[in-house]
Amino acid sequence: MMTSIFQATIEFLKAFWAPLLCGVAIVAVLPLIVGYIVLVERKLMADMQARLGPMRVGPHGLLQPIADAVKLLIKEDIIPDNADKLVFWLAPVLSVGAALLSLAGLAIGPAFQIAQDINIGILFVVGVSALGIFGIVLGGWASNSHYSLMGALRSSAQLVSYETAAGMALVSALLFTGTLNIKSIVEAQNKEGIWFVMLAPVAFFTYLVASIAETNRAPFDLPEAESELVAGYMTEFSGFRWSLYFLAEYANMIVVASVATTLFLGGWLRPFAKFHELPGFHWLNFLDFVPLLLMVVVGVYCVQRVPKQPTRVQQLFMLVVAGLCFVLGLVLLAPVVVPIAKPFYAGIHGGFWFIFKVSLYIYFFMWLRFTIPRYRFDQLMRLGWHFLIPLSIINVLLVGVALIAGSYLNLHGWGLLLVTTPAAIVTLIVAFLILAMEKERNAPQDQAAESDFYAG
Amino acid sequence: MLDKALFYFFAGIAVVSAVLMVTRRNVVHSAIFLITALLATAGIFLQLRAEFLFIVQIILYVGGIMVLFVFVIMLVNLDVALQQIQFARQKWVALFVALALAGQVGLMFWTSGKMPGQGLPVLTAAAAAKLPPNSETVARSLFESYLLPFEIASVLLLVAMIGAVVMAKKRA
Repeated sequence: MMTSIFQATIEFLKAFWAPLLCGVAIVAVLPLIVGYIVLVERKLMADMQARLGPMRVGPHGLLQPIADAVKLLIKEDIIPDNADKLVFWLAPVLSVGAALLSLAGLAIGPAFQIAQDINIGILFVVGVSALGIFGIVLGGWASNSHYSLMGALRSSAQLVSYETAAGMALVSALLFTGTLNIKSIVEAQNKEGIWFVMLAPVAFFTYLVASIAETNRAPFDLPEAESELVAGYMTEFSGFRWSLYFLAEYANMIVVASVATTLFLGGWLRPFAKFHELPGFHWLNFLDFVPLLLMVVVGVYCVQRVPKQPTRVQQLFMLVVAGLCFVLGLVLLAPVVVPIAKPFYAGIHGGFWFIFKVSLYIYFFMWLRFTIPRYRFDQLMRLGWHFLIPLSIINVLLVGVALIAGSYLNLHGWGLLLVTTPAAIVTLIVAFLILAMEKERNAPQDQAAESDFYAG
Repeated sequence: MLDKALFYFFAGIAVVSAVLMVTRRNVVHSAIFLITALLATAGIFLQLRAEFLFIVQIILYVGGIMVLFVFVIMLVNLDVALQQIQFARQKWVALFVALALAGQVGLMFWTSGKMPGQGLPVLTAAAAAKLPPNSETVARSLFESYLLPFEIASVLLLVAMIGAVVMAKKRA
């Protein structure tokens, strides 16, 4: 009995050592990535508000995430007296677990995917990441505090409302692929030679808005609105538990950005990837040098900043960062120029473009956060139920009609734009009609003091 | 071997958490154990290589319905709920139903070896690579073989939804 169990374990490890290793890598590296996303966010916020942002720890605050992490780890762990101890302990773990698990389904480039070729691909990512809501709701309840409970309630109402719109947006993109498998979705975009954001722009917009609401980001960060609820569901959490929630929030951002990238922005495909081998389009191959160019620009900027650093250590650090950028640039250049490295082209450049697109999407999130003021909760609900959900349902319908028309006219690739663009325009007209109706209906109501059920 | 171990793992979790779900006094704890039971069932679906059922179980039951359950539980005053009677006192009806069910299951096990072509069929497991893709198979059977029942079910759901909206509107 013992030996058979032992053997089964060995067999299991033999078959799955690579995914297991990737899993460990995700768990180990993700906190670091999240830390640096937070740093980028703080720097961006500072830039948009004409400040400098974190500057003290390391040159330009480059070591700030590590200092923050150490601070959070050694903080005192507080559990409120009247809290439900077990649920209080479980809730942040649930949040992080769901977010990390859903990362397993994603494909970062054709070569890097942990759960390879699962038939339900995109549904797995979306479904499992939605489980993180239990961490928020249970955490808010277990704290035994009214602010926390209010935040938890808002969060669950928000997620349930916006999940429908996001799901419908996913459906309209999936209509083009006919499969749920992540690799096949990207390959379908490669085959058509066009990204689905062009074919289903309204769906992309709907998914964008819904994904901001689902990740509880500003302007929809009502569950943690500090002006009303202190910190919402995480009011009673501190130190390491709080940082777990934080990690989950940013991991979820990466997940929604990756889903949008995979479905709408061509995944790991280079822009105009289909023209790579076509004769007459060789001039488009300059795009292969874009990764190198980006790295060189960042590196040169770092070198240029070296003399401005106050101490010797910081100057050295800046030089090291610049050197890393140049090395990365060389790694990205090698598959294009060196014939031996050609086989790695798809993997390396695929990874670059995927991460690049995900970063752009997350940058857009941050940009919105610093630009648009927070919604009121009833406004949020109205936007979801009265505008986004009808819009996304109509969009699915019209995209389906357009696809059938396209198959009758035997259209492919860019030709499909002939039928999908009218569909998108009709959807937009319907959207404006809905908006006009909304305005008419709400005009007299706005003056009366409106009692709001959810906001308490 | 691994298959068996995984099955008993998931099945054990499902049964234990189902029992705990019924016996816990605190409603939120019950909800957590119901979620665990549903997730364990999803695990069994995955082991049967029914990936689509696995993810539908998670998205619909755990991610949709249970979120609404928990949402409603949050609105209930738990202190009042704790003092109320936990179980409906219908011992004899419950006993009868349980015995009938046990009898049915027992009969199935008993007849399984006796009559040819009856009882529990023992299927041989196919290799995972040879199975048809799961979501495509489900879609085909829903939209080709069972289109009419599927549409009837969806109309029924629509009617229920509209009915719920109408009932909620009346009170406001």
